[in-house]
Amino acid sequence: MTPVLELKGITKRFPGVLANDHIDLTLEQGEILALLGENGAGKTTLMNILYGLYQQDEGEIFVKGKPITVHSPTDAIREGVGMVHQHFMLVPVFTVTENVMLGEEDTRGAGILDRKVAAEKVRQISEQYNLQVDPDAYVENLPVGVQQRVEIIKLLYRDADILILDEPSAVLTPQEVTELFNIMHSLVEQGKSIIFITHKLKEVLEIADKITVIRRGKVIGTTTPADADQNVLAQMMVGREVQLEVEKELPEIGEVVLEVKDLLVEGHHHYVAVDGVSFSVHAGEVLGIAGVQGNGQTELVEALTGLRHIESGQILIDGKDIANETPRHITEQKVAHVPEDRQRDGLVLAFSIADNLMLNTYYLPPFSKGAVLQENVILESANRLVKEFDIRTPSARTPASSLSGGNQQKVIVAREFSRPIQLLIASQPTRGLDVGSIEYIHGRLIQKRDEGCAILLVSTELDEIMGLSDRIAVMYRGEIVETLSTADATKEGLGLLMAGVKGGVEAAQPS
Amino acid sequence: MSDEKPKAQESPPKKDAGQIFIEEVTEGPGRQSAGWRRILNVIAVPVLAIFTGLVLGAVVIIFTNLALYEALRVSIPEGLRVAWESVVVAYGALFTGAFGSPQEIVAAISSGDSAAVRQAFYPFFESLVAATPYIFGGLSVALGFRVGLFNIGAEGQLFMGAIFATYVGYSITGLPLFIHMPLAFLAGAVGGALWGFIPGFLKAKTGAHEVINTIMMNYIAFRLSDWLLNGPMKRPESFNPVSPMIEATARLPRFFGEPIRFHFGFIIALFVTWLVYWFLWKTKWGFSLRMVGSNPRAARYAGASVFIGIIMGMTLAGALAGMAGGNEVLGVNYNLAMAFSSGYGFDSIAIALLGKSHPLGVLLSALLFGALRNGATNMQLKAGIPIDIISIIQALILVFIAAPAIIRTIYRLRAPAEGDEGALLTSWGGG
Repeated sequence: MTPVLELKGITKRFPGVLANDHIDLTLEQGEILALLGENGAGKTTLMNILYGLYQQDEGEIFVKGKPITVHSPTDAIREGVGMVHQHFMLVPVFTVTENVMLGEEDTRGAGILDRKVAAEKVRQISEQYNLQVDPDAYVENLPVGVQQRVEIIKLLYRDADILILDEPSAVLTPQEVTELFNIMHSLVEQGKSIIFITHKLKEVLEIADKITVIRRGKVIGTTTPADADQNVLAQMMVGREVQLEVEKELPEIGEVVLEVKDLLVEGHHHYVAVDGVSFSVHAGEVLGIAGVQGNGQTELVEALTGLRHIESGQILIDGKDIANETPRHITEQKVAHVPEDRQRDGLVLAFSIADNLMLNTYYLPPFSKGAVLQENVILESANRLVKEFDIRTPSARTPASSLSGGNQQKVIVAREFSRPIQLLIASQPTRGLDVGSIEYIHGRLIQKRDEGCAILLVSTELDEIMGLSDRIAVMYRGEIVETLSTADATKEGLGLLMAGVKGGVEAAQPS
Repeated sequence: MSDEKPKAQESPPKKDAGQIFIEEVTEGPGRQSAGWRRILNVIAVPVLAIFTGLVLGAVVIIFTNLALYEALRVSIPEGLRVAWESVVVAYGALFTGAFGSPQEIVAAISSGDSAAVRQAFYPFFESLVAATPYIFGGLSVALGFRVGLFNIGAEGQLFMGAIFATYVGYSITGLPLFIHMPLAFLAGAVGGALWGFIPGFLKAKTGAHEVINTIMMNYIAFRLSDWLLNGPMKRPESFNPVSPMIEATARLPRFFGEPIRFHFGFIIALFVTWLVYWFLWKTKWGFSLRMVGSNPRAARYAGASVFIGIIMGMTLAGALAGMAGGNEVLGVNYNLAMAFSSGYGFDSIAIALLGKSHPLGVLLSALLFGALRNGATNMQLKAGIPIDIISIIQALILVFIAAPAIIRTIYRLRAPAEGDEGALLTSWGGG
């Protein structure tokens, strides 16, 4: 049988980079193909070529045996290729139907929208594939998982046969991931074919029929879940053996370093983002804050680091209240902060690596003497840190913008870990990073813990929370709904707590 | 660039048009390659923009020359000859007007007559005199850009500087030169600083956009100076709205005899150029201001105060523009008259852009603009080309600077590596 999609010898060069190097890929009808690779391996470039956002320099694309050329997403859709991006492209104030219609509106003469016909088609698609989406709901009121299904409906509405899902699980709760996988099964059962882009090994093994691994723009190999396990896949991805589980000793718990009492913080538009939260973190332990993105974790971290105003409550560091102090004052209490969004908050991309490595201590000796920056000291210190933290860069004078995501994060980690600290607040420290960088940063975090630092880890990745934390607090709608010891936690139980399920507390305890 | 394509899967922070523009004029992130290649990269577009501006200026000169149409009626070669000649005469006059005529200089030196030598060098020094306010003004706008602020208010700040410097210059008497002159000059800086502080404070406190507010502050400054010159600061014996002459002790000393007006202000301008560079790149205050300009969120994270940064940025920018006003009063005019500025403050925006918001670039651009302005007078005199042609050339240069894609397309320059399609696409939410 002819494969539904075939890529032959796809090559794409960017100035100085070979993003795709003669990539061959085959997708059979009714198959889920996982495209696995680290960030920057060339997965997204390849899919953007298939989707018409880039043009390949060499190579050919065949759909059902017929060679095609795609110059735009419109061409791709015409050939039956559709893509769900990591960041959804929906209009929040439109209904599901209106979003689906957008760009391909049914009209009743004279340009009047025919919502009825479209809504009927959406309902029919939703039933056929068991998507459970209400055509008349407003997108802004839908949970993220449902929004993703709206994106899928958009493609099915346009008769796409080949669906490309770009990191679809990154934004979902574990329950939503399970639902997504059910939907993916239902899609392929009814004859659709799916390319599933990811760097999460567990998911690949769970859902894929076939796995193609890409490294540095080349296909390293194709395998199936039956023939591979996580270690094999990680090794294919990274090119060396990788420590997937963090090895750590039992914690040596010390004094309380951070104590938060009845903290109340408002978010944008004055809704209560953090609602009377209390917890404490001891020296030598990692407290993990689990939760689906947007349940107040961001505001909590901003409040703790002085970036957001606190309505009421106390934040004690070493017994001193630092509520509503400036970020600089808090930094000076030996507090380190790895921010959630490294490019937006953690780095000045236009500045050199050396400048970024002293971004919050530039005004202190030895970096400044009086008012004057000590360039030699800054550069020497930067060279030392570049070596110590294995930041891959031609020079410490290179602008931070030219580093890969993993190396940018290493710059932040190097800056925050290299000064004397007693409390580390790390928010999504490995988001979007590849396996190798994650391994490195996890190792550094545990090393800090063992040195006696108190660590508050905020992450939406359950694996990360469970792998690193000694205790886990689950946040839901601005409240900490439960705090438990990692030994007592199960993934399913945490998942339920994160989704706000009341019975989750009992379910989280192993029976 | 590292070994992989790093940006493909990360959505860059959202930017508004203003930020993108400011990044473009301050070189933006990640465009620094090593050594001379980097310098070449930085200056290629400005230099080619100037060249293209001059070429298109020549086209305008040719086609506005009525003699051309007469000559074309005779024959096409005759028309070409006339066209060529008009450009040679015009740009020749521009050159000698800006730098002096080489023959005259040689003749004057060999004659040994000091008056003749001064006369021969007069155009050159006059270009420096014309460039001086441009240097201060250009630095003002450039410093603003570096702190992420678009200072359209240099003209108003310049007026305030001139008013303050004039007042200190004529109202205080009996001081020695080495006290009175610096005092009057600093008064100019203070006047400008005040006029920069107000929109800076408004932006920091309420978020009111500095572009709107500095424009409004310009009008207030213009009308304020009109009122002062017709009222409190009016010269008693005059029927015209002019201020009293400033004291001789407040004047910036001149170095040569008549007619050369070259004065101490130029030396101050060179020093201030260096000072701005040193402040922005070598001090911790400059570091935090540039941080605020480049990424305010990261500046806040790193403990720098964005509030103070914005106020400081606007105040310092105002002080620099105020110096331009003080310089004109104390070094050239010796009094304040209505409309004493020929739009120095607005030209300063062009100069900062042409100089890529770097003090050295600003200095070079200011010298160029000074020479063009000064040479244009001679061009009008000798070749009968209206002085406005210079405004056209300046405008063309500015268009090419503001839209570097045009220059890159004409001269097949490669766009900076990071600005390739990948970045373009992610900014459209594609990647």
